[in-house]
Formats: sequence, structure tokens, C-alpha cells
Amino acid sequence: MTTTEVLNRTEASTDRRVPSARQGRDKRKPLRPSSIIAFVILAILAILWLLPFAWAIVTSLKSEADAGATPVTWIPEGGFTLDAYTSVLSEGNIPQWAFNSVFTSVVITAVSVAISALAAYAFSRINFAGKKWLFYLTIASIIVPPQMLIVPLFYQMLAFDMVDTYAGIILPQLIHPAIVFILKQFFDQVPIELEEAARVDGASRMRVFLQIVMPLSRPILAAVSIFVFVGAWNNFLWPFIVTNDASLMTLPVGLQTVQSAFGVQYAQDMASAVLAALPLIVVFLFFQRQIIKGFATTGFGGQ
Amino acid sequence: MTTTPQLNRAQGIGPSALNRRDGRVPNSARRRDTLHGWAFAAPFVIAFLLFLVWPIIYGFYLSLTGQSITGANSELIGFENYGEAFRDADVWRSLGNTLWFTVLSTVPLVLVALILALLVNLGLPGQWLWRLAFFAPFLLASTVVSLFWIWMYNPQLGLVNSILGGQTAWLTDSNTAMISVVITTVWWTVGFNFLLYLAALQNIPEQQYEAASLDGAGKWRQLFSITIPQLAPTTLVIVILQILASLKVFDQIYIMTGGGPGGATRPIVQYIYETGFTAYRLGYASAVAYVFFAIIVIASVAQMVITSRRGAK
Repeated sequence: MTTTEVLNRTEASTDRRVPSARQGRDKRKPLRPSSIIAFVILAILAILWLLPFAWAIVTSLKSEADAGATPVTWIPEGGFTLDAYTSVLSEGNIPQWAFNSVFTSVVITAVSVAISALAAYAFSRINFAGKKWLFYLTIASIIVPPQMLIVPLFYQMLAFDMVDTYAGIILPQLIHPAIVFILKQFFDQVPIELEEAARVDGASRMRVFLQIVMPLSRPILAAVSIFVFVGAWNNFLWPFIVTNDASLMTLPVGLQTVQSAFGVQYAQDMASAVLAALPLIVVFLFFQRQIIKGFATTGFGGQ
Repeated sequence: MTTTPQLNRAQGIGPSALNRRDGRVPNSARRRDTLHGWAFAAPFVIAFLLFLVWPIIYGFYLSLTGQSITGANSELIGFENYGEAFRDADVWRSLGNTLWFTVLSTVPLVLVALILALLVNLGLPGQWLWRLAFFAPFLLASTVVSLFWIWMYNPQLGLVNSILGGQTAWLTDSNTAMISVVITTVWWTVGFNFLLYLAALQNIPEQQYEAASLDGAGKWRQLFSITIPQLAPTTLVIVILQILASLKVFDQIYIMTGGGPGGATRPIVQYIYETGFTAYRLGYASAVAYVFFAIIVIASVAQMVITSRRGAK
């Protein structure tokens, strides 16, 4: 299964106007009893899956008194209110954390995809001394769990004076050997003729890379970028270790401190969580197809 | 990057890619390739050496010392830390919790993902909604997921007890804490496996089903004799990725239960974290990290052996 095949197929299936292969097979009307049963099962599962979201949103729209009231109800006695959101946004650090998350995730994504693509291009196209062992070392390092490095990395950051800095959050998250591997495999499939022609015409390698290879690689670059961005946006352990200063925390780390800060203010807890969840969910609503494609491609190692 | 005239002229003489065709590469071209190759790889290699290779080496060195935050006792003590880890009941318990979590989470994360993908792949109306419902949680940060579920599991005010009745203290009762965390994890991450299954399902050749239909095979028969076998390679990939991911669990357990009650859910990564950052025993924490690494390596090697054996068939 090649990358493009996965991309095309996923695309075809997500587009409701294009009849998917599966729909083509089910020639009978979709109102068969078995379809109805399947539909009901799916609907129940979907409701179950959406329940925690719904419950969090409803709670965030209650007053603290209603959120803490028994018996548990969906419709609060005192009506819905945005109080929890206003207090969280005015008193808490959420806007700052959101900025930190956006900033660090964007930098991590841009830089790590760029350096991975450059390295992958070298591995794929340039016959340089030491390439073999460097490539094996890169592949082998995919196995290393980042969690095992927290102690030495933290003391390294201490030595570099990078604890509680953006650099400290960003730098260790720039290395994605698996992305190098995926991109290398993609470049291997790109026909070399175009590049050779450009090289004969005197274009430098960097020009070939930027003006021929990069434009051809847009889909795979989008796929790995989505993957890296979501990973960075949601990363908890490393930013949690390298930041103590509340003004430098990312959303996931900051939110973890919210609970204790607000005590038993359930509506505010949920308002914070919903605010943190919102950006990626909204992005997903708009770019569902691209995001699904990105994860399917990267998940299969670009195969 | 702008190209200097000299570089252009040098390349004009004979791009290395073309020279290779003659079987012989001039030394100058080879040297230029080496220069270019390392120049392209340099940014990655520098980051790679600084933030991956060096911490691995430094961590191993630390594991051979009695280093603590005070800086005392930083001399080499050989493999003493590893001996201590071997005798440390907390290490065994955390490893046991990690493995138990891995078993408990991997099975539903594969089976539920398969069932969801099979159902969604029937092509029923509402595709957009199904994908949203099952995949969206995967996009949430562990902290958001944990906050949602701490609230769901709240003994007095949570939705879980309000639906099921009773006053179970899901996260603070040692009988239910682990299973509660597993349920949260399944809710959170099943979407990724679901997606991989969905992509694989759409890759099964249509003709196989048509042939089976002509032979009179019913839908269920087709499911078990075509779909499930055709998904076997995907299932293998998913199981392996899932085991490796579950062995690294930390976030949701740390946030939801703090590893409790009484260490009943504490995974090995949390033990590394606590030893290094709460007890400040850097040397010992590094040794435990290497024990953890050994387990990941064993799991990965097992994976490679299994996949290559399958590939050979």
C-alpha cells in the first residue's frame, strides 16, 4: 500500500458525494433491518463517546452552586451562565498558556519538519560518506522512549540555563527520527529524473530541494506536520518537567495546576478544560478530512 | 540559500548523479556529495546529538553514580543502582502496574477500534459525525481528558455514578482505580486505531467480496473469511504500536490518581519521575529509566522478530 493510495482512498471515503467502495457493494437499500440495527448501535456508541464532552460543557455553563448540587441534573436550577468562563479568563493564566502552547507547538512543528525533511532528503538522494551508519543510528533511535530521558535532559537544561524558557520546552521536542524515516521513504518514491534535469541545468541541491522536491511533497509534509503539531500541542511530561514558572507553562501543564488553584470549583475546572479542548476540536471540524488523512498516513509509517 | 557562481560552475562540470552512471565517481564529486550530505543533515544531526544521543549517554553515566541533587556522592559506584532497582519492591510493583495497564488497555483498544471501524465502514449515514465522535477525543491533551474524567468519576456529582447509581469512589478505590483509568484511556485513544482500521478496510479489494457473494457467502461469512484475515497485517501493526504506547503510560494516571491509591496504579514512568524529581536521586532514577528502556527494547525486538517472520511467509 503506497502513501498515495492511502491518501486517495481515505479521501474518497470521507467525501460523501463520492460513493465509496463499500456503498457500491451494498446495492440494496440502506433501510434493511440489519442496517437499522447497526445504525442504532453506532448511534449509542457515538452518544457514549460524546457524553464526557457534553457533560463538561454543561457543567462549565452552570453556576458553581448548581455544579456542586445533588442530585445531578443536566439543566441547572439557576439557568445557564457564562460566569465560569469569565472568571477563568479574567483571573487565570489561560490566555498566557494558550499563547505559550501555540507558540511552542508552531515552532516545534516548523523547525522539526524542516530539519527532518533536509536530513531525509540527504538520506534519500545524496551519497555521502557516513550516510549508512548515520541512517541506522537515526532508525535505531526511534526505539528510545522520550520518557526515559527526563532526568538527564532536565539536568542538561539546567546546565544550559534553559529551565523555564521557551528554548527549554522546544529544543528536546525537535527530534523526530520516525518523521525522518517516513519522509525518506516518500522521497525514495519521487522520480529522480526531474531533479537530474534541474541539476544538469545548474541548479544547486538546495534549489532542487526547495523548488522541486518540497512542492511535490506537500501532502506528506502536511500529514507529518499535523502529526507533530498535535503531539507538541498535547505534550505533557516534558513541558511539565521543564517549567515551574506559571507564565511559561503550556495549556496541558497549566491546566493540571488549575484543579488545586480553584479548589472545588467544578464549573471553572470544566470551563478551563473546554477552553483548552476547543482549538483542536474546531480545527478538526473544519479540516476533518486532512487531519484524518494525516494521521492515517503517519500512523502506517508513511506506507 | 543562494548559490555562489563557483558552486554553479563546479556542478556544471558534472553533477554527481550523472557521473554515477559511468560506474566511476570522481573524487571531487564524492567529496562534494559528502559535504552536501552532511550540510543537509547537519541541523537534524546537531539536535539529535545534543538532545537525544547525549542524554542517553549522560543518563547511563548517571545511573552508575550515586548522584543526588546535593551533588554529594557523585563518584562511580558501578552497577549498585541496578542491584538496588532489582531488589526494590516499588520498581516491581510499578512494572507490574505498567504491564497490567498494558494488557487491560491493549485488548479493548484493538477490539473496540475494530468494531467501530467495521460499523462505520458499512457506509451508514452520518459518517462525519461518527468520525468526529470517535476520533475527536484523540486530539485532546491528556490533562483535558483527565479533567473531564475526574469530573465524570466524581463519587457524588459525577455522571458515572448518577447513571449507574451507587457511590463508588472510582479513582480512590484500589479495586476500581486501574479499570477507571483504562476506560478513560480507551475513550481517549481508541480513535487512532479506529482510523488505521478504517483506512485498511477501504483497501480490501472489492473483487474478493464480489467473488464471495457469487459463491453464496453471507455477510457474516464474508466478515470472518475475508475482512478479518485481510486486516491481519493492520491488526499486527496496531497491537504493536498499542503495546509500546501503553508501556509508556504516565500522564492520565499521574493526573487522575497520582499513581494511587497507595501506589496501586503507579506506572514505571511515574516512579522514574518521582525518584528523579521528588526524591532527587538522579543516579537511581537513571538506573530505573534504563530498566524501563530495556523493557521497551525487548518489546520492540519481539515486534521486529514477529513482523519479519510474517513478512517472510
